[in-house]
Formats: sequence, structure tokens, C-alpha cells
Amino acid sequence: MAQHTEQEILAGLGEIVDEIAGVPAAEVTPDKSFVDDLDIDSLSMVEIAVAAQDKFGAEIPDDQLKDLKTVQDVINFIQKQK
Amino acid sequence: MSTALPVPGPLGGARVLAFGEHQPANVVTNDDLAQRVATSDEWIRSRVGIEERRIADDTESVESMAVIAGGKALAASGLAPDDIDLVIVATCTQRDQIPNAAATVAARLGISAPGAFDVNAACAGFCYATGLAADAVRGGSARNVLVVGSEKLSDWVDWDDRSTCVIFADGAGAAVVGAAPAEENGVGPVVWGSSGERADKIYLRENRYLYQEGQAVFRWTTTELHRVALQALERSGVDPSELTAFVPHQANLRIVEAIARKLGAPQALIARDIVSAGNTSSASIPLAIARMGGRGELPSGSTVLTLGFGAGLTYAAQVLRIP
Repeated sequence: MAQHTEQEILAGLGEIVDEIAGVPAAEVTPDKSFVDDLDIDSLSMVEIAVAAQDKFGAEIPDDQLKDLKTVQDVINFIQKQK
Repeated sequence: MSTALPVPGPLGGARVLAFGEHQPANVVTNDDLAQRVATSDEWIRSRVGIEERRIADDTESVESMAVIAGGKALAASGLAPDDIDLVIVATCTQRDQIPNAAATVAARLGISAPGAFDVNAACAGFCYATGLAADAVRGGSARNVLVVGSEKLSDWVDWDDRSTCVIFADGAGAAVVGAAPAEENGVGPVVWGSSGERADKIYLRENRYLYQEGQAVFRWTTTELHRVALQALERSGVDPSELTAFVPHQANLRIVEAIARKLGAPQALIARDIVSAGNTSSASIPLAIARMGGRGELPSGSTVLTLGFGAGLTYAAQVLRIP
């Protein structure tokens, strides 16, 4: 699996969040909290994690998912798994 | 030298002759629940897709609801009580473990001395029981079988826990399975399985209250179970494009819709009975089929794919032809 840059992951997450939760990709910026800023619930977070796994090949287990509060947290987690 | 014992047969087919359902009269709305726990109509609709559910009162039990649903199915089948050789009740919420529910249900329906046992495969129970019923008919162990899924989940819900009390409900659904010529077989092969290493995902907390790890269950159901459903279609020789309806266990509307999207059957009607019935575990599939049938949505001969899944973890799927 090719290494993804931070920008690529951010853009990919934007597409995923748009598709699953209907939040415009432009609003998905690194400092945003999924729950507090983007109004994404726990089940949608699972869908986002599964979609991110398909896209980036990085598995995000449920017990890790609860600690990933912001978009930057998810980007870091995906990059660290490489 | 010993001689072989007789093989029942010749093996023919099986089909569902009729469905029946029962819901308690008491309607509990989301607003009713919001008066008790910190929740709201909007929150419940968006998270689980339920608008209202039925909750049984103290006079109703797993057995009493099963008797009403089973009685309706029996009446609609046109059979006499004594044409039934076996009664199977799928349930995981019976108050008393001993005696079983099936024998009591049979006696109350005037069925004299049939085989009678309960199945606990949680929310997959109806699919398991229907598979067993069809096998019993095809194998010559019973002429006709009454299958009932009946659940009083309200007995096992912590009514102060907003993560579970908004989901679960009470009700019963039933089917009569009888013999058919092999070329008219109307119960496809059951595809069943389990994942006991994940038993801790849905269980009774303090041996008293239903608890589930919502995210883990959501991930399991929405990423793995469409394969079980597709396998059941394949084993029945049915293409997704031929499906009249998809009736999965009514666990959560978002789970129902997520699995449906992966089936490749855009023309199929998707059961959304959970909206007004809640999650009734093993009762949800026959309840949904009976209610859809009652609205004229499932004409005779319709091909329906069922998929049950729940605690265990257990799962099962099969194709049924609507009588």
C-alpha cells in the first residue's frame, strides 16, 4: 500500500464524511471534532472507519475509534499504521 | 446381521402455508420515553429509526403472545390443530426456563401431544426454527409444523438506560410449515452460523438487563452479514433481481438499510417494520412478513429473503415463498 500524504488522507476523509453523513467535504478540516463540530454520531463513526479502511488500508478497531476525537486524530492514526 | 431402520420418505418439499402475528395493544411513543430518560423523538428516529413500539402489560407473556400469533397462522392455514405434529417456539426472553414455552403454547391451541421445543438463537431464532421445521417436514418427522417467534424483551430492559430502552419491544409472529411436492418447495436451504468468540458483544448485564456494544454490533452486521444473505440466495438459486422483498431482523433501521444496499436488489421491497414495531428479536421477521402481507405488499408466490442475526453471535438466512 502506497504511503498517503496528510493532504491525501484529509481529502479522502472529506469525501467519506460527505457521503456518509452529508457534511460538505470543505468543512472537514483537521481541527474539527467529529461529534461536537460535524455532528457525527457513534454509528456513523463506524461507517467512516470502515470506509477509511477500504480507502487507506488502515484498520481502525472500535476500541481505538472512541479515542479519535478530531479529524487530525484520524489522520495521525492512519499515518502511524503504515 | 442387523437390518437398516426405515428411512422416512420419499423426501419431498416444504412450504409455508400461512403466517400470523400479534402485537400488544399498548403503544409507547418516543415522546413517552423522553419523559422517562434523557432522549428525544428526533434522536431516536435518527439513530435507530423507530417512531413507536408495542410494550406488553403484566397479563401478557411470551407464551400468551405466541398463542395468539400461532392461532392466527393456524386458522389462516386451514389446518386443524391435530394436523400439527411439532411446535417450535423461538424465544430468548421467556421468564421461566422450565417448562418450555412450546408445550404450553401447543396445549392452549388445542394441539394434542405434538413434539414441542424451544429454540434460543436470539434474534436469529425464527430463521433457525423455520429451517428445522422444513427439515422435519422434508425428512418425514412431521406432517406440519407450527413455528413461532415470541419475545417479551421489555422484561429484560433497564428502563433507565436510554441506549437500550428505546430499541427493544414486544410481539410475536408465526408460520405454519407443511409438505409440498419437491418441485413446489417453498423453503430454501437455511444458511446458518455463529461467532461465539464475540459472545460478549450482546449479553445480559448483571444477568438481568440486555446490553450490547452498539458500535461492534453495527460493524459486524453492516460489514459481514450481506454475505450470509447472498449465500442463502445462491443456495436457493435465486438471483437478487428476482427478490420481491428483503426481510432482515428488524434490529435498527440503519442496519437494515446498510445491509440492503449491499444486496444488489434495488427492486426489492425492504422491510422497515421496525419503524412502528421496534426491535422484537426472534419475532421481528415473521411479524414484518405478516404485517407486510396484511397490507397487500407480498402477493402469493412472492420470493422473500430473510436474515436473522443477534446474540451469540448467531445468524441465519433463507429464502421463503409467500403462500
